[in-house]
Amino acid sequence: MDPQTPGAASGRLASRNALVRPAALSVRARAAFAASARVVRTARLWRNAGRLVLLCGLLAPLSAHAVGNPADMLPDPALEERARNLGRDIRCMVCQNQSIEDSEVGLARDLRLIVRERIVAGDSDAQVMAFLHARYGDFVLLKPPFAWSTAALWATPVVAVLAGLGLIVAMRRRAAAVAGSGPPPLTEEERQRLAALGLPPTGQGQDGTRA
Amino acid sequence: MSPASRRALLFAPFAVAAAGGVAFYGMLQGMKTGEYNPRGVPSALIGRNAPDFTLPPLDGADTPPLTSADLRNLPGPVLVNFWASWCVPCIIEHPQLVRLNREGVPVYGIAYKDRPEDSLRFLRQHGNPFRRLSRDEPGRVAIDWGVYGVPETYLLDRQGIIRWRFAGPITPDVLEQDIRPLLRRHAS
Repeated sequence: MDPQTPGAASGRLASRNALVRPAALSVRARAAFAASARVVRTARLWRNAGRLVLLCGLLAPLSAHAVGNPADMLPDPALEERARNLGRDIRCMVCQNQSIEDSEVGLARDLRLIVRERIVAGDSDAQVMAFLHARYGDFVLLKPPFAWSTAALWATPVVAVLAGLGLIVAMRRRAAAVAGSGPPPLTEEERQRLAALGLPPTGQGQDGTRA
Repeated sequence: MSPASRRALLFAPFAVAAAGGVAFYGMLQGMKTGEYNPRGVPSALIGRNAPDFTLPPLDGADTPPLTSADLRNLPGPVLVNFWASWCVPCIIEHPQLVRLNREGVPVYGIAYKDRPEDSLRFLRQHGNPFRRLSRDEPGRVAIDWGVYGVPETYLLDRQGIIRWRFAGPITPDVLEQDIRPLLRRHAS
């Protein structure tokens, strides 16, 4: 079948068959085939890159801005900015690993609104946090407070670093002890065997290397 | 290092893995019995009085409303249950609430973010175990209680101090293993 037949499904099938069997073609056709394959590959690459850019463009607004109804935002941009900064440190109790600014859960929206109400009412940032902390405890804070109950949490990195340093020091000391001690002294029997071989009984070879 | 201690060191990773396995098994057992809940969050209100609130009653339910004034100087421990008609686990726990109410334990209800007609339909269908019942459609009083989902149940002692909070449906196991001992402990 003529691979040039345009349009028909059988023609497309035939041309595909031609694509997988380039050995049957002339050198010139083969070169043309290689070039066209390169073009196809490049085109595919560009198309995929384009798709990636499109995907990133679609997803970017989701990550860059807080979700939620723009009507919930405060008209004063400075206050809204304060509310957002606070909200990023407040855990969404339902989804647990998101801040209330990142979550679309109903309770997260309620808490976003409460934060804005308290700010408009004149609360300081600390007062807003205290309001939520009184109701939801330490868990609502994405940055845990420094207290006895959280001591293990805060101490863990310090303990890990100290343990690592201790391990390094111990290993160095051991390496130094091994290097300093050298081989054990020769026994009387070994000295006699060395003497029989005509070597000095020092444990050192003639060229100064250790025996 | 002596050969004996060197050999002992060889088994150290196995010992660590075994300890981890035992701990994990303990966690799984705890999850099975409800003793350990990895998603559970301790309430910030334990040991404190219930927050002040007034809420409207659920019209048509023939049940007086619940306000914070009703949670002071009580004859015995009470349960406060946050629920909603749209909440599937609430259907699971409902028979346990009905049972507690039948046994004379005061069960107070707050319908959370629910339309009154939906709440009423739920109670007509499953029974009304609540001695007092209010509705919190905006969900703001629930936030004052530290509620983060429904169902959620609080146990208050006679002085009205919150002693226990359970987030999730009250299964027969929770009723027997948690609520009954707590009711006994705070009876006097």
